[in-house]
Amino acid sequence: MATSTMQFKIYRYDPDKDNAPYMQDASVEVDFAIDRKLLDVLTRLKAKDDSLSYRRSCREGICGSDAMNINGKNGLACLTEIKDLKQPVVLRPLPGLPVIRDLIVDMTQFFKQYHSIKPYLINEGPRPERERLQSPEEREELNGLYECILCACCSTSCPSFWWNPDKFVGPAGLLNAYRFIADTRDQATNERLDDLEDPYRLFRCHSIMNCVDVCPKGLNPTRAIGKIKEMMVRRAI
Amino acid sequence: MSKLSVPVRKFDAVIVGAGGSGLRAAIQLSEAGLKTAVLSKVFPTRSHTVAAQGGVSASLGNSEEDHWHWHMYDTVKGSDWLGDQDAIEYMCRKAPEVVVELEHFGMPFDRTDEGKIYQRPFGGHMSNFGEKPVRRACAAADRTGHAMLHALYQRNVRANTQFFVEWMALDLIRDQSGQVLGVIALEMETGEVVAFHSKATVFATGGAGRIYYSSTNAFINTGDGLGMAARAGIALEDMEFWQFHPTGVAGAGVLITEGVRGEGGILRNSTNERFMERYAPNAKDLASRDVVSRAMVTEINEGRGCGPNKDFVLLDITHLDPATIMKRLPGIREISIQFAGIDPIKAPIPVVPTCHYQMGGVPTNYKGQVVGDDAAPIRGFYAAGEVACASVHGANRLGTNSLLDLLVFGKASGDTVIDDLRSGEIGLKELPADYADRTLARLHRLNTQTGGASVNECRLELQRTMQKHCGVFRFKDMLVEGVAKIVEVEKAVAQTEIKDKSQVWNTARVEALELDNLIEVAKATMVSAEARKESRGAHVRDDAPDTPANPNGRDDLNWHKHTLWHRDGSRLSYKPVIMKPLSVETIALKTRSY
Repeated sequence: MATSTMQFKIYRYDPDKDNAPYMQDASVEVDFAIDRKLLDVLTRLKAKDDSLSYRRSCREGICGSDAMNINGKNGLACLTEIKDLKQPVVLRPLPGLPVIRDLIVDMTQFFKQYHSIKPYLINEGPRPERERLQSPEEREELNGLYECILCACCSTSCPSFWWNPDKFVGPAGLLNAYRFIADTRDQATNERLDDLEDPYRLFRCHSIMNCVDVCPKGLNPTRAIGKIKEMMVRRAI
Repeated sequence: MSKLSVPVRKFDAVIVGAGGSGLRAAIQLSEAGLKTAVLSKVFPTRSHTVAAQGGVSASLGNSEEDHWHWHMYDTVKGSDWLGDQDAIEYMCRKAPEVVVELEHFGMPFDRTDEGKIYQRPFGGHMSNFGEKPVRRACAAADRTGHAMLHALYQRNVRANTQFFVEWMALDLIRDQSGQVLGVIALEMETGEVVAFHSKATVFATGGAGRIYYSSTNAFINTGDGLGMAARAGIALEDMEFWQFHPTGVAGAGVLITEGVRGEGGILRNSTNERFMERYAPNAKDLASRDVVSRAMVTEINEGRGCGPNKDFVLLDITHLDPATIMKRLPGIREISIQFAGIDPIKAPIPVVPTCHYQMGGVPTNYKGQVVGDDAAPIRGFYAAGEVACASVHGANRLGTNSLLDLLVFGKASGDTVIDDLRSGEIGLKELPADYADRTLARLHRLNTQTGGASVNECRLELQRTMQKHCGVFRFKDMLVEGVAKIVEVEKAVAQTEIKDKSQVWNTARVEALELDNLIEVAKATMVSAEARKESRGAHVRDDAPDTPANPNGRDDLNWHKHTLWHRDGSRLSYKPVIMKPLSVETIALKTRSY
């Protein structure tokens, strides 16, 4: 058995009993033969202290629940290898959003921005009897966009989003905006570009590229934002 | 009786669960302008539909000739003739329509060169009534569930659906007449308990794969709908039938889609043999899931497993063009690197059969109405998706029929609710005086329990018991012992203690409440499995072997019937399988081989 003790510093806050948040030292026995990911170890920590609160669901990096700040960098607990982690492992909630409890943040503002880009296909034409046709090349344009899991790692690592979460759409929202702009079946490209042509909604992005650095799915919001900007320039001339 | 009360909110319809079926039902109700509440334990796009990979079936015939009748035949055969043929016909006929509709909602399906929806082969999908494999699984790479769930959520954003996110439904409200009047639910962020009083209640709560220790399912798949229904006196149907997916990543349990074999992947044992040729000479690696899982366990049991402990087999795609893997199976490559530590372009993936899907559930008809023991609808109550048993999957589900089930029966349940509301069949009845008593008693116990068992330990004991006593192969003695063990676990579950008594985002309380649901499902499963003295589909036992009188151990004379488990007294009853389809001729009982 390859067991070992892992050391943690965990952000704790329960509004029911704590006046202020604090960092808690914690340690737990892990078995490297079974435990691979940070979520496995969080499960062990929670078995010891059932008050430790965090979101989780699929444990395979597709639902986007367990995003948190791990040793200073946003990521998904279920995809983070424990062997690579420097100890004590410092766990904090995603930065820039209000904390509800422990590692659980209030994601209202994040989803508000996602919803603001009209994240649905707009095509008011008559519905054909069969599928709308799209060539494999046209479909390829959606790769690197539709795979977003809305975990918020990107937006909450973006200084522009920290300063203006109410006005700047943020990398996740903009990536999704481009997902519909790039879809040949969508007819609202101009309205979508109009909506984003705003000093805050799109142009607060200063290509810092933290979003690209942290995306657990390897997506590139900065490139999508660049493409939106390019389209705006192109339609202006 | 105490007459405690909680705040009440009124709706035309309440949908519990925001995965594929809940979201599909919500589209119908929201677009019809009904006042609808959709409750979900997680933000909708985090529901477990998101993890489906390989595809959704529909006889679109985009790559070769196909027909819904062939799809129907495959589904009946896949179900080992336990599926109800009216519901199966309904689902297979509706498939092209709901899949095309999903494309119109914005689903980013992969495309053929002609620009049509891309379709790939899948286990048990055959043309011309079982002749040869056919491409029927409509796919978005190997992320079909993710693409579908997001497209359905997006359509709901467009329809302005009212979501109650991170609310957990705790109990069903029924009155004296048995009519369902809504649910009591807990807002996780505040700890507040509210009654959702509604004319119609739709359960779309998904499965309970977490009753097993090794499962492809998410943490949230705790059978909440089944627990609520059972506590409210509704029987659970065919709970002995659980699908073990052939290819979960060994050790981690994470799913590897059957689409891998659809794209040409091959299962190999320690001698590098393509062993499925021996078990299913015709369909080989694309036989039905129960058949492949049993073959794999047999290989392992006979010493031909791989690895230091000879406890897994290999899924090999190293012979495929890396470009195909990158294009059609990019998610699988990611998962293999993340959870198996290997790149499948270069090395085969270690896999084992892993609990994946519950074929049974809350009994419904093909309109999505929950039905009582007499097959009459229970007024005000509807269900769709994995929580429901229509029954389209019978004793074994075909791959890709689950996503189809969500679309077809999500939509059907929504349409039936609309019909029942408009015809005046259901209306807002007065709440009974004790509507909140059961729930408040459960919460009170958790808040005051001392000296009880830990939720974590009870759940592990439950999962290990199910894994050991009710797995891929089942044994008479182990099942009898399993029933006794589960009854012991049940006693501990009734006494669980949580240390955290906080109101805000108390996940310890949520997990304890989920365990109340898991135990109902586990008990229903073990008791139903112990009682069914035959082998059929996913339920195979040592004392019902393959004989000339009963090929594959299936005993149609005595056991061609649905199980109903009643919580009260853990009693079993049975009801006939519906053999009469809606328009075509009955697909008559036949021995199943691939």
